[in-house]
Amino acid sequence: MAVAHAQVAELNHESPTARAWRRLLRRKSAVFGLAVITLLVLIAVLAPLIAPFDPTQQSWTAIRKPPSLQHWFGTDESGRDLFSRVIFGARASLLAGVVSISIALGLGVPIGLLAGYGGRWMDAVIGRITDAMLAIPFLILAIALAAFLGPSLQNAMIAIGLTATPIFVRLTRGQVMAVKVEDYVEAARAVGNPARRIAIKHILPNILPALIVQATISIATAIIAEASLSFLGLGQQPPAPSWGSMLNTAQRFLTNAPWMAVWPGLAIFLAVLSFNILGDGLRDALDPKER
Amino acid sequence: MLVFLAKRLLQLIPTLFIVSVIIFGLQQLLPGDPALAMAGEERDPQVLEQIRRQYRLDQPFYIQYLYWVGGVLSGNLGESMRLKEPVLTLIAQKFPVTLQLALMAIVISLTIGITAGIMSAVKRDTPIDYAVNLVALWGISTPNFWLGIMLIFLFAVHLGWLPASGYVSPFQDFWLSMQTTILPAFVLGNSFAAVLMRHTRSAMLQAMSSDYVRTARAKGLAERVVVLKHAMRNALTPIVTLGALELGTLLSGAVLTEQVFSIPGFGKLIVDSVFNRDYAVVQGVTLITATTYILLNLLADIAYVLINPRLRS
Repeated sequence: MAVAHAQVAELNHESPTARAWRRLLRRKSAVFGLAVITLLVLIAVLAPLIAPFDPTQQSWTAIRKPPSLQHWFGTDESGRDLFSRVIFGARASLLAGVVSISIALGLGVPIGLLAGYGGRWMDAVIGRITDAMLAIPFLILAIALAAFLGPSLQNAMIAIGLTATPIFVRLTRGQVMAVKVEDYVEAARAVGNPARRIAIKHILPNILPALIVQATISIATAIIAEASLSFLGLGQQPPAPSWGSMLNTAQRFLTNAPWMAVWPGLAIFLAVLSFNILGDGLRDALDPKER
Repeated sequence: MLVFLAKRLLQLIPTLFIVSVIIFGLQQLLPGDPALAMAGEERDPQVLEQIRRQYRLDQPFYIQYLYWVGGVLSGNLGESMRLKEPVLTLIAQKFPVTLQLALMAIVISLTIGITAGIMSAVKRDTPIDYAVNLVALWGISTPNFWLGIMLIFLFAVHLGWLPASGYVSPFQDFWLSMQTTILPAFVLGNSFAAVLMRHTRSAMLQAMSSDYVRTARAKGLAERVVVLKHAMRNALTPIVTLGALELGTLLSGAVLTEQVFSIPGFGKLIVDSVFNRDYAVVQGVTLITATTYILLNLLADIAYVLINPRLRS
């Protein structure tokens, strides 16, 4: 009995972050997602140490060799080691996922706060622009932006980031609308806090869980978007490895070197799947209704 | 209902205006002189001057925009620099191809998604439910261009059952048309089927735990009737609107699918134009896609109100 009381007391004193962690780690699928993401990040960071070959080094004696002990994933049309290229490709994909969603968060959250807390006119104008941007299908806007900015990984990340921005504007605005009528916000206003301080100190921390969940799921979308742009030739430029551009090349050699298409695709799938299930897990772990 | 319709139609005007500004504004992002990009290899100052005059690049942004939007409103989206044809003609040629693909994808995904979603909800917490959830997660996480490549390898290269690429119109040869479009339609509909599975499952679970389903069961109706007549009808209302909205998203997914299967549709047109710096086509296709999406959104809203008796008043 005393032990149970102690446990309840301990749980009551648990910080929100610790509670979320505990709840997240209870979900097997979310732990799997988190583990794979950690592994992919390590692979990306330690790529030069893990990769057995230089990912851009061509070898005319090893063109389109099937998987073997020497080349675990086989080689491509220029004799480059596919295992090394898939490892280095993790850099482009993860970078694109994180950087583009950081851009979207960096722009979307302040604009969303402004819409939700900056008065009716501000809200109406921002709302219409957000509607308009969301009306253009994600990939088509990203392609058009990437095309006009010029093909490169950096521009692809900017294009994906800008395209994803309205999602965060809308989410932040909606959350602000829900939170700003809460008693603690009213109280903060009543004691004379300026609007900017209320928005940053009182509203932002309370809408953070929703933003974290959306950001995690959006990273998955951004990874697919980067792979798509690179597949179309609008992202990472050769000879630098990217999973999307590797698939583009692989398509031309499907008859005699099908392994070229298997590995980069599996890598994209695994990365996207991990972020999706981590996002699902976070949604459950951060949901206040389930506390 | 009429007030609702009028309000929604009025809301379209500012949205469409901003969409057009964004799409036209993309050209301003072009690094350097657009005339240089349009001229290609040509570096003759006289030619460049002529291009600037012809496309009004020597005028301020808002004047250029007004000319462009004036043209759009009178049905002139400009001319493709590469194909020397009006953009609208090109779109009219390519749109039916993508539409056929998108409609087939919707039929495939509705069939798979709704059936699997209902089964999963009815057999909750059984191996069937777990399997459907896994398939849905797989569908959401698989890039459709990779799935396309793998299916080409399996069905065209390895088994030789279906053609690897190309397109035949159903009016020319229906059977051959189905053969060329079945794989791309499946690839295009794959992620939508996954989304539908998840939505149908949760909507059905909600419906199955509602009072009217409990009443139907208490009346002694057969479980099949309870599921199909009482629960499903109510659960599927939001799915109708989701279907209409998804048609717009499918247009965007078609870009990659058409590229993988070499299908001469809308998506391939935009990609080819991007690489040939045919900006008028890029702007035209983006504008038409966005407008279609906005109109579908409106139709979905209207359909939702019409289907849901509680909202009709």
